[in-house]
Amino acid sequence: MVAREQFEMELKAVKDKVIELAEKAKLQLNDSVNALYQANATAAEQVIEKDKELDNIDLDINETSILLIARQQPVASDLRKLIVAIRTASDLERMADNAKNIARSTIHLGENHDLEIHPALDDMRAVANRMIDLAILAYREEDITLAKKLSELDDLIDEMYAKVLKELLEETATDPQKIQLIMQIAFSGRYIERFGDHLTNIAENIMYLVKGQTLDLNE
Amino acid sequence: MNMIVGKSKQEDQQMKNNAEIVFETKDLNLWYGNTHALKNINLPIYEKKVTAIIGPSGCGKSTYLKTLNRMVELVQGVKTSGEITYRNENILNRSFKVEELRTNVGMVFQKPNPFPKSIYENIAYGPKIHGIKNKKILDQIVEKSLRGAYIWDEVKDRLKENAYGLSGGQQQRLCIARCLAIEPDVILMDEPTSALDPKSTLKVEELIQELKKDYSIVIVTHNMQQAARISDHTAFMLNGELVEFSDTDTLFSTPMDRRTEDYITGRFS
Repeated sequence: MVAREQFEMELKAVKDKVIELAEKAKLQLNDSVNALYQANATAAEQVIEKDKELDNIDLDINETSILLIARQQPVASDLRKLIVAIRTASDLERMADNAKNIARSTIHLGENHDLEIHPALDDMRAVANRMIDLAILAYREEDITLAKKLSELDDLIDEMYAKVLKELLEETATDPQKIQLIMQIAFSGRYIERFGDHLTNIAENIMYLVKGQTLDLNE
Repeated sequence: MNMIVGKSKQEDQQMKNNAEIVFETKDLNLWYGNTHALKNINLPIYEKKVTAIIGPSGCGKSTYLKTLNRMVELVQGVKTSGEITYRNENILNRSFKVEELRTNVGMVFQKPNPFPKSIYENIAYGPKIHGIKNKKILDQIVEKSLRGAYIWDEVKDRLKENAYGLSGGQQQRLCIARCLAIEPDVILMDEPTSALDPKSTLKVEELIQELKKDYSIVIVTHNMQQAARISDHTAFMLNGELVEFSDTDTLFSTPMDRRTEDYITGRFS
């Protein structure tokens, strides 16, 4: 079976771009959370600035995929590969937007606050990192067993977020002066939690890619 | 090799229950001399649906189409086994009247083949052979058939002109109108748009969508996008075998057989 080699190469290039976007989104998550813990507004600004680059990669994946659909008229698994690339890139771009939001919270908190950033956020970030690595591997290998694990990890992030939110709310009760600042930390927790939701969507995309069926793993 | 039906058994059964079967092919084998051209074909053709047959050149799809009106018998040394029932009667039985079959099963060919006669005569020819002499009735049939093939408005003022003066696309729709004039039950189409430009192709495709309200259509096509656009069911054939048959949505989105996937995605060497 040697045919459509050019198209195969173009499909692979799209896939590589999606993986590149995933790796960059992971970096953005880590840079934004580090900036939050270090109260480093400059680093946070850099995260916001870098988000434009990720937006452009998403745009590039979209345009390339649409062109390939128009020119190659793919069907079956070829069509699914491109649809999944578009969908996944969109989830990754929105993940990066959440990193940008964490950076904004960091800037909002300023560099001179005396709040301790709840350590659970770092644990949530670690789970999100694991999820991104798993998602990249599952997407690269088209492995639905790995994809299914993502929804389990998402449940874990959800639980962690619920716990940290409860603790932060208790803190606002004891220290109402700091409510504005504590809310920024709670928001940041929420933004990390959203990573899990998008990664679960990506798991669904991978299931669709392999099986041709749409499943809801968020339920 | 077993045919793969790209639906669960229950769904497939439901599909069968919901639609009447016009042609049922059972264990059909066909040989041209020593060449085994069709191998154990089992395939239903549903009423008032478009069934597309796709596959590479030489896979047997045109041969199969021509067995449905027994035109294949015109080739010397053809042998068949198995059965094809049309409305529950085996058409491969010697006792089955081939004339009757061809009255019910019209055919449209790859290249438009109007007779070297007027537009009117092209349509009236079939009904005349079937004994209709009344001019008024013939006029009605001509108009109805040309309207049915969506070409009436283009030719109504020049019915007496030679059909060769029409464009390729118009000639093909004229041939479809000619086919309609004998009021068939099934229309077989052998690559009906392969000689037409994109605009004429679109017109014929739109016509097929209209025709399936009243007729059952089997179309052989090399154009996979066309099969995907216009058919309800698709059969993929390879080397004389039926590899996969399912509803068109399934076949073009999640085919069951690797060979079908390779063919429709263009990875077939």
